[in-house]
Amino acid sequence: MRFTKDHEWVVLEGDVATIGITAYAAEQLGDVVFVETPDVGKTVKAGDGLAVVESVKAASDVYAPISGEVVEANTELGDAPETVNATPESGGWFAKLKIADKGQYDALMDRDAYETYLGTL
Amino acid sequence: MAMSNIGRPTQPQAAGTSSAHTSLTGARGLLQDEALIFEMDGWDKTGVDFELPDEDASDLGDLVRTAPIGLPGLSEPEAMRHFVRLSQKNHAIDLALYPLGSCTMKHNPRLNEKMARLAGFGDLHPMAPQSTTQGALELMDRLAHWLKTLTGMPAVALSPKAGAHGELCGLLAIKAAHEAKGQGHRRTVLVPTSAHGTNPATAAFVGYDVTEIAQTADGRVDLADLEAKLSPEVAAIMVTNPNTCGLFERDIIEIARLTHAAGAYFYCDGANFNAIVGRVRPGDLGVDAMHINLHKTFSTPHGGGGPGAGPVVLSEALAPYAPTPWVVSAGEGFKLVEEAEDEAADTFGRMVAFHGQMGMFVRAYAYMLSHGTDGLRQVAEDAVLNANYIKAKLSPVMTPAFPDGPCMHEALFDDSWLEGTGVTTLDFAKAMIDEGFHPMTMYFPLVVHGAMLIEPTETESKQELDRFCHALTLLAQAAKAGDVERFTGAPYLAPMRRLDETQAARKPRLTWRPEPTAVSPAPMAAE
Amino acid sequence: MRYLPLTPADRAEMLGVIGAATIDDLFVDVPDAARKADLFDLPLHAGEMEVERALSALAARNRPAGAGPFFCGAGAYKHHVPATVDHIIQRSEFLTSYTPYQPEIAQGTLQVLFEFQTQVAALTGLEVANASMYDGSTACAEAVMMAQRVTRRKKAVLSGGLHPHYAAVTQTIAHAEGMDITRQAVAIDAEADVLSAIDAETACVVVQTPNVFGVVTDVSKIAQAAHAAGALLIVVTTEAVSYGLLKSPGEMGADIAVGEGQSIGVGLNYGGPYIGLFAAREKFVRQMPGRLCGETVDAEGARGFVLTLSTREQHIRREKATSNICTNSGLCALAFTIHMTLLGERGLRELAALNHSRARELREVLAAVPGVEILSPRFFNEFAIRVPGKAADVVEALLADGVVAGVPFSRLDPKAGMDDVLLVAATETTTRDDIAAFAKALKGRTA
Repeated sequence: MRFTKDHEWVVLEGDVATIGITAYAAEQLGDVVFVETPDVGKTVKAGDGLAVVESVKAASDVYAPISGEVVEANTELGDAPETVNATPESGGWFAKLKIADKGQYDALMDRDAYETYLGTL
Repeated sequence: MAMSNIGRPTQPQAAGTSSAHTSLTGARGLLQDEALIFEMDGWDKTGVDFELPDEDASDLGDLVRTAPIGLPGLSEPEAMRHFVRLSQKNHAIDLALYPLGSCTMKHNPRLNEKMARLAGFGDLHPMAPQSTTQGALELMDRLAHWLKTLTGMPAVALSPKAGAHGELCGLLAIKAAHEAKGQGHRRTVLVPTSAHGTNPATAAFVGYDVTEIAQTADGRVDLADLEAKLSPEVAAIMVTNPNTCGLFERDIIEIARLTHAAGAYFYCDGANFNAIVGRVRPGDLGVDAMHINLHKTFSTPHGGGGPGAGPVVLSEALAPYAPTPWVVSAGEGFKLVEEAEDEAADTFGRMVAFHGQMGMFVRAYAYMLSHGTDGLRQVAEDAVLNANYIKAKLSPVMTPAFPDGPCMHEALFDDSWLEGTGVTTLDFAKAMIDEGFHPMTMYFPLVVHGAMLIEPTETESKQELDRFCHALTLLAQAAKAGDVERFTGAPYLAPMRRLDETQAARKPRLTWRPEPTAVSPAPMAAE
Repeated sequence: MRYLPLTPADRAEMLGVIGAATIDDLFVDVPDAARKADLFDLPLHAGEMEVERALSALAARNRPAGAGPFFCGAGAYKHHVPATVDHIIQRSEFLTSYTPYQPEIAQGTLQVLFEFQTQVAALTGLEVANASMYDGSTACAEAVMMAQRVTRRKKAVLSGGLHPHYAAVTQTIAHAEGMDITRQAVAIDAEADVLSAIDAETACVVVQTPNVFGVVTDVSKIAQAAHAAGALLIVVTTEAVSYGLLKSPGEMGADIAVGEGQSIGVGLNYGGPYIGLFAAREKFVRQMPGRLCGETVDAEGARGFVLTLSTREQHIRREKATSNICTNSGLCALAFTIHMTLLGERGLRELAALNHSRARELREVLAAVPGVEILSPRFFNEFAIRVPGKAADVVEALLADGVVAGVPFSRLDPKAGMDDVLLVAATETTTRDDIAAFAKALKGRTA
């Protein structure tokens, strides 16, 4: 699992990257009440908005950590947005991207680096 | 003796454990647990009496509705009781200080209500022949004159229906002016981070990109950042003055100069005009457009969320693009310019059906006449005095966000004084409810952590300010003394305990629907 | 000054607490160049009696709708409002409260909004309604913007029967957003004309029923055509009483229904404040503008109400908000809800039937006036007639007979070439004597 400074995580299996937000981010957001996931087939560049996650008082963009095409979205979050709070780094994933450039993945932080980064916040 | 046998105890018994007491029905003393009108079995009731028409609507054939609508009715006594019971669950400015920063909750004179209800205003049709509405047109003309004089601006558009609608008016005028000058390519609006949410929302609504301007440590627009971001792409800046931190923008004239030098226009959010009315004219500051919330500065009632009114004063440069309609003096009388032709050839268009919030115009004009220019100046001075008094009285126990120098009409505190107490700004606000006060504006402006923005207004007496400061001081001391539950569980004594906003947002229920298991006499309307 | 509680002694004492010598010390941040030392060239303060006298003198120079026979409509209607309505909306707790940001001490306002939303949803035949917009015209413009968000398309088709002010407001707003607005040629009974303008780029079709000429249309076929093209149907209604008699927009396939609610509980007020009604299908709720009130529970499990789905709104979403609206028409929503509760289903149906009946009587009587032609084939409580000469001149002439005959269509749209078209409305407040006086005056002036 790799991480971004915007608190997204990525798991890469073959050329498919699964993306979500970290436990730290989920706690900071508070109770998640709505998630807007992307349409399958949409292509995004690294840094583009990929999803929107909402708490009662805030709406936050989730950025694509890697460029790619959306091949699956976690539509179950529509009825159960609380999953993002309960299991942010597993069941609370937002979308799966088919990626072209694995180099973008390799450039992200590993768990240790991310934990160190959190310590600086 | 003639022995009375109706004696009964006239002193209360021992208090018992009253704090834990709950009623058997959900009522709280005189506060009833009031059902929704849809739950009152009023499917065949009505509180009106009509003579029945002679003919049916057979001429309309199958255009006529056949399925039930799903509307309950109540007889007049039942309706009266329902709404009066509900009213008692509201806080109101008539009950206590209502310190919502940026919202300007001041006393609403009842004379103004009476005037707006005169048949000549309240029962006047907007499309009645203008020869029968001369008094209304003259009132609009006089209101416009007052607004122009008080702001030092040459023109005013009366029709915008609220502050945000006024912002829209100002930006549409700016857009039209740029287009007329061949500057339609300008696509950016600069907005300080501390701005009201309506500013960026309005800019985006008319198709502009929004770029934020930084703020200095003393709560003002960062001139260096503004200068860096002013470019030939910038259409306008939107600055609130006094700003949302309750501070006057000292460099306001320089901000205007830089903006104009870059070919952009200066939109001023006039939500806080009440702090300077009668003392400062925005026209002297280089403003091109500014909305005036009549429901703030000129005290038309907020009514639980509206209606408001947001006339916009305009500079010479923007005046030709003002929205229709407007009133002009025509010989002996007045007339409305309603069409985009002749003198209105450059108008950016129409913003509303008809002519704006006449009911609010009447109230605001009555307010102006009552105060006069001496009274309005006193309004600004007392509003600023009251806010600085609160800041001084609460600074020993709370942390002002900008301790140096005076504030204007509102005092802003951050939450650093709550650090380590386990109490948040939200908890503190909810505990204020138990002490009988409406909370202040919380978490706004965004530039101050845990912001608490207190606006007392000029219609508070010193006694009420002292009562308020005393309550907040006791609360602050309690928070620091570790009485955490007083806050985290608050409110305890309000009509309701803290409400679950998460549930409301996750599973929205926005209309009443019959319980699936219950037998409902009236099916709801079809999808 | 009767509205200012501070005494000179209070002010001096407070300045002392603050540590300021004079009030000017609190205005030090104002640049010298912008300090206005002397007073403005306007009057000084005045007592309640003087103000009342001045305002009453202005009011006396207007002719209220209730002063005699009166037939103006065109988006604002003279109806009887029960006395209870004005009594309740003047209660301090409703009149002098703010937007219900603190739900624990605003359940009165919030429960009323929930009841209002439910009533509006029922009337329009749609699933969700918001807590009100400024008025019908701005609600119409917002609906078009919402359709753009839902469909991600840029084209809107406005029917020629849409109130010209509504069309103008929509054009002003949507044009600024970069939308492509097509307004069909103005026609009395040609809503079906929109069918030919619907294509794969169309975000929405906007149709008014009863339209500005009072003509009632079944829009079901327009709904089908819009939906087949992936567009939304927006149905506009400017006379809310008509909901009591006619098929609802939702029943006919509307995706969004907007309306002017002034007829229920709100006076004429020379055009404002009014109340915009806004309802939609539930699946579009996150694209709706304006405030929404929702049901929830408190910490003890008791039912209560809160403002919800606020992340759509400007104070949170800022430049990504669905609308910039903040202040709405809360007190008018209260008036609407009280009046509608007094009416109930039975009262509303009776009121609607009475309006329709009065208008039919008016038509019968006017049709008998030589030179007058009835133009609207099917109507609710308002219809268009053709008069000899200019309608505006006829209206001015009839004023001399004490009759306000209606709204000349040229006042709403002078470029439509309909100078001889007069819009006339009748409501439950219209008496047979009023109708007779109108016909007599018209005969006298057109003979």
